[in-house]
Amino acid sequence: MANTPSEYIQHHLQNLVYGEHPEKGWILAQTPEEVAQMGFWAVHVDTMGWSVFMGLIFLGLFRLAANKATTGIPGGLQNMAEMAIEFVQGIVKDTFHGRNALVAPLALTIFVWVLLMNSLKWIPVDYIPGLASLLGLPYFKIVPTADPNGTFGIALGVFILIIFYSIKVKGLGGFTKELSFTPFNHWALIPFNLFLEIIGLLTKPLSLALRLFGNMYAGEVVFILIALLPFYLQFGLNVPWAIFHILVIPLQAFIFMVLTVVYLSAAHEDHH
Amino acid sequence: MNINLTLIGQTIAFAIFVWFCMKFVWPPLTSAMQERQKKIAEGLDAAGRAERDLHLAQERAAQLLRESKEQASAIIDRANKTANSIVEEAKTQARTEGEKLIAAAKVEIDLEVNRAKDQLRAQVAVLAVVGAEKILESSIDGAAHNELVAKLASQL
Repeated sequence: MANTPSEYIQHHLQNLVYGEHPEKGWILAQTPEEVAQMGFWAVHVDTMGWSVFMGLIFLGLFRLAANKATTGIPGGLQNMAEMAIEFVQGIVKDTFHGRNALVAPLALTIFVWVLLMNSLKWIPVDYIPGLASLLGLPYFKIVPTADPNGTFGIALGVFILIIFYSIKVKGLGGFTKELSFTPFNHWALIPFNLFLEIIGLLTKPLSLALRLFGNMYAGEVVFILIALLPFYLQFGLNVPWAIFHILVIPLQAFIFMVLTVVYLSAAHEDHH
Repeated sequence: MNINLTLIGQTIAFAIFVWFCMKFVWPPLTSAMQERQKKIAEGLDAAGRAERDLHLAQERAAQLLRESKEQASAIIDRANKTANSIVEEAKTQARTEGEKLIAAAKVEIDLEVNRAKDQLRAQVAVLAVVGAEKILESSIDGAAHNELVAKLASQL
């Protein structure tokens, strides 16, 4: 474990990485240097594990509710699932004007999944890494949304859907035309338009991923800093910060969902 | 904090979750919700209809009540009239009967009176004869004076 505060912080911000080391083959990285040497061909075991675990909790709960769904008086679980669905349906109805059966379930998945992943932040920062080090794991970072891979992974999925539906609805020609002739409808300005539009297009997943990652990462860092204080001070700062996250955690999940719906709505709009 | 294979893994996990949600979570829950909405709407509709029916039934009941009240008062009126006429009839009958009885009684009384008078007359004749015998202290030939006494008695 770490001794100095900076080592402690670095330790808590390091994922558990399994990857191909140039010299040692496929191993769990023991030091940040090993992680750096692994390059792209490595997996954050903790991010993947916890995100999949949270996804399974979400789908398991909702599937259970769906299996037991009655048209009569719903039980507690079904009530919760229906509340989430009605909430998402309302957002989608207000924001998305196309016809697509994918968008609402997509929005529900993003909202609940991201919410669950974010809520892992409420687990005190030393619990899980401490447990992991008892099991002999060098690092363990449990919040998948405080890992850029986690948020960019979702944003990449959304980006692929944006491109797919843009081309599907407008046609390849229509989509290219939209990129080339907006905002300035003149042939001489096509390069300029393309430059603007492609940047705008790429900004969408970037803003999605970075906003969520930035918020979660910053909150995580503050939790870690608080954990460095003497124990009699931690309580006074940790509790307000955790209570503040009652606001931050659903809000970030909500923003991610709404922006996804907005972007997909824009992808479905045909101006011609 | 570097980008690596996790990115791809996360995208794949995301795609699978969305697919599963779209296939096995969203449709059963939303259809259950829609069905419940329909049931509630039907229930409300039925309640509205029932209320209307109740209103109609109440109106009908009130009308029936009004009609039967009218009928009842008509019947009572009729009954009163009948009763009055029966009483009147009875009265007149009683009066005629009474008059008849009175008349019969009068006839009887007259008869009685006449009979009493006849008896008295007969007795007066005897008494007169007895009195006259006493006065005269002699016997009178009954046969000779009978005519005289009968004439006297008839004058009473």
